Amino acid sequence: MRKVLYLLPLMFCLGLGVFFYLGLDGDPRSVPSAFINKPSPEFSLAPLPGRAKAPFANFDVLNRNDLTSGRPLILNVWASWCVPCVAEHPLVDRLAKEEGILVHGINYRDKAVAASNWLNRLGDPFTKVGFDNDGKAGIEWGVYGVPETFVIDGDGTVIFKHAGALTPEIVEKNILPFFKGRN
Amino acid sequence: MRGLVTVLMLSLFLAPNLAKAVLPDEILSDPGLEARARSLSLELRCLVCQNQSIDDSNAELARDLRILVRERLVAGDTDAEALEHIRKRYGDFVLLNPPVQQSTYILWYGPILIVFVGIGLMLLTVRRKKTAVADTPLNDAERTRLTSALNRESDE
Repeated sequence: MRKVLYLLPLMFCLGLGVFFYLGLDGDPRSVPSAFINKPSPEFSLAPLPGRAKAPFANFDVLNRNDLTSGRPLILNVWASWCVPCVAEHPLVDRLAKEEGILVHGINYRDKAVAASNWLNRLGDPFTKVGFDNDGKAGIEWGVYGVPETFVIDGDGTVIFKHAGALTPEIVEKNILPFFKGRN
Repeated sequence: MRGLVTVLMLSLFLAPNLAKAVLPDEILSDPGLEARARSLSLELRCLVCQNQSIDDSNAELARDLRILVRERLVAGDTDAEALEHIRKRYGDFVLLNPPVQQSTYILWYGPILIVFVGIGLMLLTVRRKKTAVADTPLNDAERTRLTSALNRESDE
């Protein structure tokens, strides 16, 4: 009994060590979204002006109704000034074109000309692009940096959020499994 | 002269506190509302630069949030309602002062618990020491054994 008591401080310190070691894992900049498993927020955005892939501009207002069509989708928040957005763009492209997933975009705090040039240059995987030049819709979505990617169920419920550039691992592990059989 | 130097040195220390990130165009004309907005801004974390409040941060998002806080206050929100408005969108992490709830019990009550465990351990050790000191004197048989043992040592 005595011996166990003597070992107690050592065990306590070891436990603390394990706790701190686990704390080293993970990215302190990635903050869990307040919307996971909750309905997506209300917002309404005019379409990105001058976008080549928007022949019926009047119908292209992006709002909450676009998220409740019954079809699950991806909402990608991006900007032409954002370097990691360039890095992740091929993956967003692949999700839309190869996996056949519905992808809407929010163009965050950007200039219209720069944004549409960016899409012309790198490819435009988006069905609709809302133009959030003052960042108000971004705040509604709890956006704190671009890129951010939301996975949204057909009824508008937010399933998953990733802040920062998408990686193939995240796409395989967190995004594609959800769309399997639902698309 | 010396007094002047002291005052100058002190004002150097105070200067960073005066230089906040709030820009003139954000400031509300109603000083009461502005004061409330400032104190609320001190409680909200800037998520871009994480360990600064939005009152301290020059990030654009911090500015947007400062303006949003002011808009809410002008619209008639109480302080709690304005904070809740932002917490709903950015989650608990945006509050620099974490709320007391199930997931933060360890954070809030852990230190108190540790203090009590420490006091308990201290009392236990003190009591054990006391009983160890207050020992009974040797009886005759033990005393003879002790002297013979000591003598044997010195003979060798």
